[in-house]
Amino acid sequence: MQDFADSLLLSLNLIVSGNPELWSIVLLSLRVSLTAVALAAVIGMPLGAALAVGRFPGRPAAIVLVNALMGLPPVVVGLVVYLFLSNSGPLGVLQLLYTPTAMIIAQVVLVTPIIAALTRQVVEDLDAEYAEQLRSIGVSRLASVPTLLWDGRISLLTALLAGFGRAIAEVGAVIIVGGNINHVTRVMTTTIALETSKGNLALALALGTILVVIAIAVNAAVGLIGPASQRIAHA
Amino acid sequence: MNRRLLVNLAAVIAAVTVLVPFGSMAQDKFIVVQSTTSTQNSGLLDAILPQFTEKSGIDVRVVAVGTGQAIKNAENGDGDVLLVHAKPAEEKFVADGWGVKRHDVMYNDFVIVGPADDPAGVAGSSDAVAALEKIAESQSAFASRGDDSGTHKAELRLWREAGVDTASASGDWYRETGSGMGATLNTGVGMGAYIMADRATWISFGNKGDHEVLVEGDPKLFNQYGVILVNPDKHPVVKAEEGQAFIDWLLGAEGQAAIADFKVDGQQLFFPNAD
Repeated sequence: MQDFADSLLLSLNLIVSGNPELWSIVLLSLRVSLTAVALAAVIGMPLGAALAVGRFPGRPAAIVLVNALMGLPPVVVGLVVYLFLSNSGPLGVLQLLYTPTAMIIAQVVLVTPIIAALTRQVVEDLDAEYAEQLRSIGVSRLASVPTLLWDGRISLLTALLAGFGRAIAEVGAVIIVGGNINHVTRVMTTTIALETSKGNLALALALGTILVVIAIAVNAAVGLIGPASQRIAHA
Repeated sequence: MNRRLLVNLAAVIAAVTVLVPFGSMAQDKFIVVQSTTSTQNSGLLDAILPQFTEKSGIDVRVVAVGTGQAIKNAENGDGDVLLVHAKPAEEKFVADGWGVKRHDVMYNDFVIVGPADDPAGVAGSSDAVAALEKIAESQSAFASRGDDSGTHKAELRLWREAGVDTASASGDWYRETGSGMGATLNTGVGMGAYIMADRATWISFGNKGDHEVLVEGDPKLFNQYGVILVNPDKHPVVKAEEGQAFIDWLLGAEGQAAIADFKVDGQQLFFPNAD
């Protein structure tokens, strides 16, 4: 178990020394995954809310589908996005393959169903509670969506964090569409995969430790914003 | 009041996603090279590419995958240059019109590594085919790439020569990882299996466990690398001029010297042999 001790020292060393290469990889990871989550939220939240309050034929099937898509395998998403963005694919002309943008697209596909499905549940619960009140003051089902989303914002933060967790942790999709190109598309997870394949297990584990620390930092930051917003809203 | 939260959140996201520059990665001129894990995992490309970039101003972006996938990606036009090690597949790539011309670049050799206690008794042999026969006879665990890579193709050629039907032993003593060289080494070392690896990846590999080189020196273990410009007639997006500049450099005196100068632990890993 020498590797664990080595890697802990190594990760501390890497953090303290402020290795510029490492930080550019960390920043790219954050940039790709936070952008993907932001875009997925813009798509997924209204979609989830519409599924919650809407009444249309095929709604149960749509809900099952969105819930099932939470389990999309990253490597399959990577492959599909690759086939679209490849120079032989329909979107090859955009020249996006092996760029951070391609990685963001793949992660948006992965994260949107998670945010949509969790939003649907949150809004549906709130709707059950407030529907009668809202109707009585003349608010239509669809018009109640912004109110319900705002009311459920604390729960929805958890949906965002679930999406972020998926995005920052996955390697299957970004390694295919990004190519793990040094200084261009290399992120934390692809670096960890690369160092593991080089047999540098202690370094790989050290990078994994740093990734977990980053995830904790992001979650803590959101955890601070959440209750603060509650206080502001009730002040 | 509610707006303040939204503004804060938006500001945090904007700060990280928009304001963080991509830094030094924004070189205007670049080519994409589809290559194999062995050239990357050994550190060769990291060592020699900066020399080319400094001279030419062309950044080289390497996508390191198995030879099979590299060739497929290049056929799709997702690369300008192909640098791999499976000569028959490379010649087919050119013959089918996907590549312009194939050049020898460098070589090294494959080795068979295995646990020090050597259950099949192959240590010290320089006859790869006989060694594989012994491994099959003793049903000792063997970890294969199983991923259509150059190394995998070479391994399968040797099994055929040994007259061993690996398909029927698959899942038993013959274990196909379907992964890159490094991942297969990690797996093989973990299960005490024999593994055929390219010497460069093995020497620079950091997790050798109690495994060592047992079989080497057979001419059949020769491992030739070739470089090919992807055909711009098939894919107009191919940067033929920059790609050819890279190939010319690699085959020229400077590139060949850079390859020869690359050493890990004092050992030369690749031997230039451009014609």
